[in-house]
Amino acid sequence: MSSVNTTAHSVVEPTPTAKRIAGAIVILYALVTMVPLAWIFLTSIKSPPDSISYPPKIVFTPTLEGYCNLFTTRTRQTPDYIQSLPRPTGTCDEITRGRNMVIAGRSNYWPRFGNSLLIAFGSTFLAVSLGTLAAYGFSRFRVPLADDLLFFILSTRMMPPIAVAIPIYLMYRQFGLSDTALGMILLYTAVNVSLAVWLLKGFIDEIPREYEEAAMIDGYTRLQAFRKVVLPQATTGIAATAIFCLIFAWNEYAFAVLLTSGSAQTAPPFIPTIIGEGGQDWPAVAAGTTIFLVPILVFTIVLRKQLLRGITFGAVRK
Amino acid sequence: MTDAPSTIAERSADMLARSTPASIAVRVRGLSDRVIAWLFITPTIALLLAINIFPLIWAVYLSFTNFRANRPNAEIEGVGLRNYQRVLNDADIWIAMQTTAHFVFWTILLQTVIGFALAYLIDRKFRGHAFWTTVILIPMMLSPAVVGNFWRFLYQPQIGLFNYIVSYFTGIPPSSFEMLGSVTLAPWAIIIVDTWMWTPYVMLICLAGLRSIPDYIYEAAEVDRASAWRQFWSITVPMALPFIMLAVLFRGIENFKMFDMVILLTGGGPGSTTEVASITLKREAFESWLTGRSSAFAIILFVAVFGLANIYVKALNKVKQR
Repeated sequence: MSSVNTTAHSVVEPTPTAKRIAGAIVILYALVTMVPLAWIFLTSIKSPPDSISYPPKIVFTPTLEGYCNLFTTRTRQTPDYIQSLPRPTGTCDEITRGRNMVIAGRSNYWPRFGNSLLIAFGSTFLAVSLGTLAAYGFSRFRVPLADDLLFFILSTRMMPPIAVAIPIYLMYRQFGLSDTALGMILLYTAVNVSLAVWLLKGFIDEIPREYEEAAMIDGYTRLQAFRKVVLPQATTGIAATAIFCLIFAWNEYAFAVLLTSGSAQTAPPFIPTIIGEGGQDWPAVAAGTTIFLVPILVFTIVLRKQLLRGITFGAVRK
Repeated sequence: MTDAPSTIAERSADMLARSTPASIAVRVRGLSDRVIAWLFITPTIALLLAINIFPLIWAVYLSFTNFRANRPNAEIEGVGLRNYQRVLNDADIWIAMQTTAHFVFWTILLQTVIGFALAYLIDRKFRGHAFWTTVILIPMMLSPAVVGNFWRFLYQPQIGLFNYIVSYFTGIPPSSFEMLGSVTLAPWAIIIVDTWMWTPYVMLICLAGLRSIPDYIYEAAEVDRASAWRQFWSITVPMALPFIMLAVLFRGIENFKMFDMVILLTGGGPGSTTEVASITLKREAFESWLTGRSSAFAIILFVAVFGLANIYVKALNKVKQR
């Protein structure tokens, strides 16, 4: 602090020691918070006995058993019967027979994962498309009661999802939308669109109207100006919004568990129900969790800039 | 909103004079602004009316009836305000509200303190701070339900990693305490997971706040020989306060609704020690099927959050204006 005049850096620049201490604490925190995630992955490649050993094992022989158990359903057989079978056709076959079981069929994991993909991407696409159009409308045209309307719509997000789910449940039962992908897509779209409009209106407000007006003077219609001038300018904002919608829809549990049970069930309500013989099959649960988390992990790392912009932008605007 | 459609219309009229097929363009463009506004906004409004507003109105209606969703054919009778009376006089519901308040308080306190400290440290801009910020963010991107479910495994008394780590550092035998099974520890089990997951969010907003403080204020303080301690309390904290308050608001609203993590970690137990409002609501609505009564409860919750949030926003605006 006393060496203000002798150091090259500006007065507000922290000293190298301060930086090093700050860095060490932050890195320590980051590593500690990664432990549960590392444990999920490690558990997914443990055998069931290894996963429940005491003390918890850090060194072990990795196996694909968790993944095999996740993807298949199995039945117990006598060793004699298993002996009589033809040679195993794959790794999972072999592992399963080692436990005196045979593969009986496929589990519901991939169908549930597929539902998650369909519902998350479908609702994100709809929410962002509708949201972009509406945000442009609210940004450029005078809409009666626009602000009140937007605020009210946004405020319905303050309701606990269970409270929203009661009337939705009744309505969906009436219209045959219970346990359908369409019903879930519409619901997630409705939940996300209020946030999407609000975020995107901010992004579109930042684009000077003069651009479109210039384009229109050059002979574009308003629609063309919207498509060729506004949309390209709003790409970052649209991407940031899409990430938020996608993460919400991908992770959502409360609506999913109440409104889907069978064919349209998504992965979050399914994963906790994975059980093995005599209780929860933790390696299989960990395997399911790992596969479910990987897309979001990749997303977070690849798109971190848009993500950061979206979060802080959303906060600063309100 | 200064440029009303009429202004744009005037401008387009202006430029139409210059374009060749003027007469057609006048009509197309003159109309199109209003039509486009309508076309662009209507689908969103329609969807929101159908899936946000209509169910809400329906819930308000149901809250005045004795309707039960598991008996759709029974006659619906109006019961006036009786549902509201019952909810407000129900001791269990007040206990659930207290439990919720307890969670909201502790999670926000921990997340704000840790989140702000982290943001402050990251703002020292040490080498690699951008990378480590991304790493820290990861937990908040994940599904609270799916990850919360796995925490159940980490909290297992004999085999769980959490108990093992605690016993490694403290010497307490790992099977001597049950994070999820004990009345005193179960609320903390949930608070720990929530803090693990959402501290990054508070950190990010605080970071935005810290970065909004212009350097020249610190430079001026430096010239005045204000100590680092003094600078922290009279510049950093007050200037970041609106952001901190915003983070508190967002987390408060979210944790008031807390459901996923609690239902998967403890299911409200042991007993009803971790039964937050959302879980009581779920019980009433989807297990006891008291649809009318649970609708009344839902509306009370909504009014409460909405009212508290509005009061809070007023306070926030006062802080901002200071």
